[in-house]
Amino acid sequence: MTSNPISSRIHGPILLVSAVFLVVVMPWLNSCGLIADFTLNLWGKYLCYGIMAVAIDLLWGFTGLLCLGQALFFSLGGYMMGMHLMLMIGKLGQYKSDLPDFMVFLGHTTLPGFWQAFHSFPFALAMVFLVPGLLALVFGYLAFRSRIKGVYFSILTQALTYGAALLFFRNDLLMGGNNGFTDFRTLLGSDLRIASTQRILYICTALLLVAVVAGCKWLTNSRFGLIQRAIRDSENRVLFSGYATANFKLFIFVTSAMIAATAGALYVPQVGIINPSEMTPEKSLEAVVWVALGGRGSLYGPVIGAVSVNALKSWASRAYPDLWLIILGGSFVLVVMFMPNGIIGIPAQFAAWAARRRNRDATTAAAPANRVTDP
Amino acid sequence: MSAKPFLLAAEGLNKSFDGYQAINDLNFYLDEGELRTVIGPNGAGKTTFLDLITGRTAPDRGTLMWDDGKHDLLKLSEYQIYRLGIGRKFQTPTVYNDHSVTENLVLSLAGSRGIWHSLFGKVTPLQRERIAEILDIIKLTGHAQRKAGTLAHGQKQWLEIGMLLAQEARLLLVDEPAAGMTDEETHRTGELLLSLAGKHTIVVIEHDMTFVRQIARNGKVTVLHQGHVLCEGAVDQVQNDERVIEVYLGRKSKAA
Repeated sequence: MTSNPISSRIHGPILLVSAVFLVVVMPWLNSCGLIADFTLNLWGKYLCYGIMAVAIDLLWGFTGLLCLGQALFFSLGGYMMGMHLMLMIGKLGQYKSDLPDFMVFLGHTTLPGFWQAFHSFPFALAMVFLVPGLLALVFGYLAFRSRIKGVYFSILTQALTYGAALLFFRNDLLMGGNNGFTDFRTLLGSDLRIASTQRILYICTALLLVAVVAGCKWLTNSRFGLIQRAIRDSENRVLFSGYATANFKLFIFVTSAMIAATAGALYVPQVGIINPSEMTPEKSLEAVVWVALGGRGSLYGPVIGAVSVNALKSWASRAYPDLWLIILGGSFVLVVMFMPNGIIGIPAQFAAWAARRRNRDATTAAAPANRVTDP
Repeated sequence: MSAKPFLLAAEGLNKSFDGYQAINDLNFYLDEGELRTVIGPNGAGKTTFLDLITGRTAPDRGTLMWDDGKHDLLKLSEYQIYRLGIGRKFQTPTVYNDHSVTENLVLSLAGSRGIWHSLFGKVTPLQRERIAEILDIIKLTGHAQRKAGTLAHGQKQWLEIGMLLAQEARLLLVDEPAAGMTDEETHRTGELLLSLAGKHTIVVIEHDMTFVRQIARNGKVTVLHQGHVLCEGAVDQVQNDERVIEVYLGRKSKAA
């Protein structure tokens, strides 16, 4: 949102350097042994959250739609990938059965029909896009056609997420219930428990993040982006300028859901587990906080927010197990109070402060000079 | 009634809000190319009437036909009505504050309103020319790159009129364009509207009688009272009508 000429001139190079660092340098340092496997894996998780944060920013920062269902789309993408990973375990599970362990435990002897096709990776990948995309399409169509806006939209998305979480907690949905999916072994024939596979997954995540940010940058700079922000600021005027705003909102809602879903699909093989607690409204709210902290309406801010909050969380929960919630909460309060535009707004805030200071110096310097010449 | 087809025909319109009859058996006919001024005391239903035409609210009863009865406006949504060529300037200036003046006009340009076009469509040189032309008409050439939110009140009013011009609307519905303007700006706005009459059909809702006298020189004035057309005619005729003086102008001296 800042249009400071200096900051926009250094924007490009900073972005390029960050992208190269994330995609090339970090994995290279890891292969040299300078970054621990654990750390790289952690960063893979942060970047997945970063992608989800960009998806939220596209909706909230640019279109003014605060969606509390992004964790649902993220988890659904994760679950679709998880179904494939569960089938890839094969007979290596606890029960040495072709069925996923939880099904054996529940007394099933055959694989349910809707699981069959998930043996195929391309099918699972297609479902990563289609299932959350279709859900967003149907839900968004109904919500936007009924002109549900503002806080009502947020509440409805929250209710949808909550309902879905309750559904996934049930064992008879045959999606692993409470425990979800875990104990994954291989993906496309590669062992998920070795460092090189995880490194490739990390690189995929970093590449996806760069692609998503670049794509959203292009989208928000097009005329579509103009309409998006116009809807955010004055939807009625857009409607009375001949745009079917509901269609535009639906398009952006579905796009955002699919972006979050791909992040979820990459998250699951890296973290090694997916369960319904990932799709609760709290998770969505947490992600909204990352966006707010990083700076909404900026695309980069949410990534910075997601990475820094999660890094702080990992560090504080290890270093100060008793205090980490207070540290996290305290830093939220500080940012909200003193940085209204989030972390990404700090340079502009600093520039404004420096300009004010310069002005004050100039006026105090000019004042005595006036006094001399005036009489 | 003339044999000429009506651009807009409203018949037997009724609309009430919680028992308050905002529009009461309203009949209103508009010829193509007319500049019609609508006056009336507060609560006469002027803005509600525009809301009905533009699809913002639906009437309880009545018909609203467009272009010699070719389209039933009551069956269309806001954006579909807009696409028929009915543009509206709101009472309080409604522009995209966070966009530049040029961007405001780009979004209002006639042409496709689809998602695909918004993603890949480019502003053509011809459209650029048109924008420059409009900026000149609304006297905002020097402010093209400024954010609309930073414009003065009067300039925002003009920008919104410019947005209607960009749209190439057949019918311009202009709600209190002179509100908050200086006398000179008001006069210029009047000149602008007069110059557009003929090319566009225009309905102006206004309170300021000096302004009404300026723009209604050649056109008809419709007086609304309690959601009903009280009388219609040339500005002098209307101002001397006993009923109008009674309900709207109050004292005769103030009317002059």
